[in-house]
Amino acid sequence: MSELIKVGMADLKVCISPDSVTTLGLGSCVGVAIRDKENKVGGLAHVMLPDSTAIRNNTNIYKFADTGITELVRLMEEKGAKRSRMVAKIAGGAQMFSFQNKSELVRVGDRNVEASKKKLKELGIPIIAEDTGDSYGRTVIFYPETGDFVIRAVGREERTI
Amino acid sequence: MGDLNLESVSEQYLDVLKELGNIGAGNATTALAQMLQCKVDMKVPQVRLLDFGEVGTLMGGEEQIMAGIYLCVEGDITGSIMFLLEKDAARHLVSKLMGMELEGDTFSEMETSALKEIGNIITGAYLNSLSTITNLKIYPSIPDLTIDMAGAILSVPAIEFGTLGDKILLIQTQFTDDFELNGFFILVPDLESYGKILGALGMI
Repeated sequence: MSELIKVGMADLKVCISPDSVTTLGLGSCVGVAIRDKENKVGGLAHVMLPDSTAIRNNTNIYKFADTGITELVRLMEEKGAKRSRMVAKIAGGAQMFSFQNKSELVRVGDRNVEASKKKLKELGIPIIAEDTGDSYGRTVIFYPETGDFVIRAVGREERTI
Repeated sequence: MGDLNLESVSEQYLDVLKELGNIGAGNATTALAQMLQCKVDMKVPQVRLLDFGEVGTLMGGEEQIMAGIYLCVEGDITGSIMFLLEKDAARHLVSKLMGMELEGDTFSEMETSALKEIGNIITGAYLNSLSTITNLKIYPSIPDLTIDMAGAILSVPAIEFGTLGDKILLIQTQFTDDFELNGFFILVPDLESYGKILGALGMI
């Protein structure tokens, strides 16, 4: 039996095919899905803030794009994944309200997306698909077997990237 | 005061917030009753300090569709306030305010505008009482509204709380007219403002 593993806000999980991994209701947060194409080890991080070094209270490394993605990759490597075979897909980073005019929080969705891309580039993991930005929430499901990243949103058709 | 963080809020502090929530929600209920011109009851609000993961569950799952009204606060304290309402409850309020049944499953422009106004009045009443009790000047911005999954809407205040710690503070209020309405207030003052609120109340 395959299992659907749930990832909460500011959390991450590694999963091995045939299991799949999901996170519900991504808003300005970003879902970073990584997979080893060969041994089908995958993982999903629900990133909430771009930069752990910008905040004093940064003990929860899962919360940030920089530390969260690094940790996800480390945990996947523990399960036998190889960095050189990893590819990533990302979704989320919406701007839920049209005015978020507090200076530091302006475009936090965009900044989460940018920070995730930067970290993945640093780690040498190519991004092969993305569905980011705009102004609506997304639920995502990631299947390490095929690499399918299914995205659901309210009042929109389900799509797979 | 600089060391204040949400993880270490004391029981006493939570009691103060509960009382503020109680009075604020009481005012909001009165405003709601006046607007709808009917009797509205309110249950004692519950103040909760939750882990990020628990918030969605409280509202019936991260995918529960909610209406979220969000506005910024300026003046002596800065931050933001959000009022969340289940979609069905939001539709009920709008149809009551407009005196007609809503058609279809989505909100028209007019209905969206009415819902914003409801949010404005409720959050305004809440902030007013906070301002009166603390004697602090609090100015709300124009509200913005979104209807989406609870998790997605909550990501906005959660991210603001996320810069402070790993918990989110919210006040759950249940209104009842002839329909049970579950509403949630999330007040996100910045850290300095928490100190100011407590200071104004003589807590520190």
